[in-house]
Amino acid sequence: MRFSTILIAAFLWMFQVNVLAQEDHQGETYAADQEVSTHLEEEYDPVGTVMEHISDANNFHIWKDVHLPLPCMLYAPEAEPKWSFFMSSVFDHGHTAVDGYVLNHGRINRVAPGQDFPMEGEVHIDEVVHETITTGEEEKKEEVYYAVYKGEQYLLQPPSTLDGGFLGGGFTSFYDFSITKVVFSMILASILLIWLFTAVARGYKKNEGQAPSGVQSFMEPFFTFIRDEVTVPMIGEKHYERFQPFIMTLFFFILFCNLLGLVPFFPGSANITGNLAVTGTLAIFTFLVTNINGNAHYWEHIFWMPGIPGWVKIILTPVEVLSLFIKPFSLMIRLFANITAGHIIILSLIGLIFLFGNNGESVGGAAVGGVVGGLFTAFMNLIELLVAFLQAFIFAILSASYIGQAVEEGHMGEAHEHEVETAAQAGTSV
Amino acid sequence: MGAIGAGIAALGAGVGIGLIGSRAMDAIARQPEAVGDIRNNMILTAALVEGAALFAIVVGLLAG
Repeated sequence: MRFSTILIAAFLWMFQVNVLAQEDHQGETYAADQEVSTHLEEEYDPVGTVMEHISDANNFHIWKDVHLPLPCMLYAPEAEPKWSFFMSSVFDHGHTAVDGYVLNHGRINRVAPGQDFPMEGEVHIDEVVHETITTGEEEKKEEVYYAVYKGEQYLLQPPSTLDGGFLGGGFTSFYDFSITKVVFSMILASILLIWLFTAVARGYKKNEGQAPSGVQSFMEPFFTFIRDEVTVPMIGEKHYERFQPFIMTLFFFILFCNLLGLVPFFPGSANITGNLAVTGTLAIFTFLVTNINGNAHYWEHIFWMPGIPGWVKIILTPVEVLSLFIKPFSLMIRLFANITAGHIIILSLIGLIFLFGNNGESVGGAAVGGVVGGLFTAFMNLIELLVAFLQAFIFAILSASYIGQAVEEGHMGEAHEHEVETAAQAGTSV
Repeated sequence: MGAIGAGIAALGAGVGIGLIGSRAMDAIARQPEAVGDIRNNMILTAALVEGAALFAIVVGLLAG
């Protein structure tokens, strides 16, 4: 009891010291020039580090100075050669600008047009410096980056991202179609899936009518689980076979991406399903499959709900139409937020080592941080393993239930058909 | 402010998911043979509750 009190007190104290130390440094940045702010890059910045780790990157950082160069495909509508293709290794860790593009914290930025920066070919730049600007009444802090070229500063545009700048970046003067870290890992996950499932399919051909063997018997419980627990109860006996491949693909793709994201070293480490563009694309697939397969009964229930008074219909129709879009939106946000939150927690716990160690000054603090952070990280990784399966399952089961709503005939519809049939029969007999 | 909002949202979702879990446990204890259906519906409802909380958390993040 007493020991834990001391531990908590020590934790709070160290935290406070660090917060104070950071405030001091921030105070300096406001007053001082760029030299201090570049010096600040050396300090441990927990939020910046976490954000850098969970966001996408244009080169794959493997170990210390070892980077895996990735192909860059960039398109700027107003530049002369509109397309630029090169490997990210030509950036030379941010010391070279190529066609006006600069690598900054692993992301491609572009020198804002309209400045007299050489926008063609490779140019050596001294460094990238940043400045914190406080805007608005709410004191929102914004980081602005500049490339230093021949002693002059040139404003950089943030990276181009489709998610509208939720985790930095946004819509800018260029489009980034590069094979980024996330895309690379996604391709890796797809190759793994294809390799695994062709092996399983071969097994089914070979052992037709016999007991499964090898990797086939490992994957078969997943198949039967998805069929018996997800697609059959949610979509129904009649239609489930049509949607089984789609639900299965969703489940295994999300599962593999989640698991790859949990591996902390090279082939993994990309935050694939914690990327809004990825989860958004998956959600759009569910949206399209649901609404393309929606039957008349489904659309009737959206636009003109039967069996309720007219004035309620006027309220209910907009709600139902909105829910069409809220469903895939919540699918997108749920997967993104769950995976990103898990990664942020793990990275924050690892960051405790550096915070307690006071940026390398206190070895004892780092040791305490290492033990505390390490144990909690191990614990969180186990929880994340559960979440990786659970979120894949939830995405699959919710997609299946939306599809099920779209294809079900409904009891009212059946009764109605029955009435029509009997009426028709009555008509013929008459 | 964003952090406070996210905390309140997590509180609400925690109560909601806790209630779902407790009722599901009761239901499974009463009818162990229906455990599959109950589990599926439990996860589905928990996901829906969580969805509302996640919207709040995203808004909290955006508010900074």
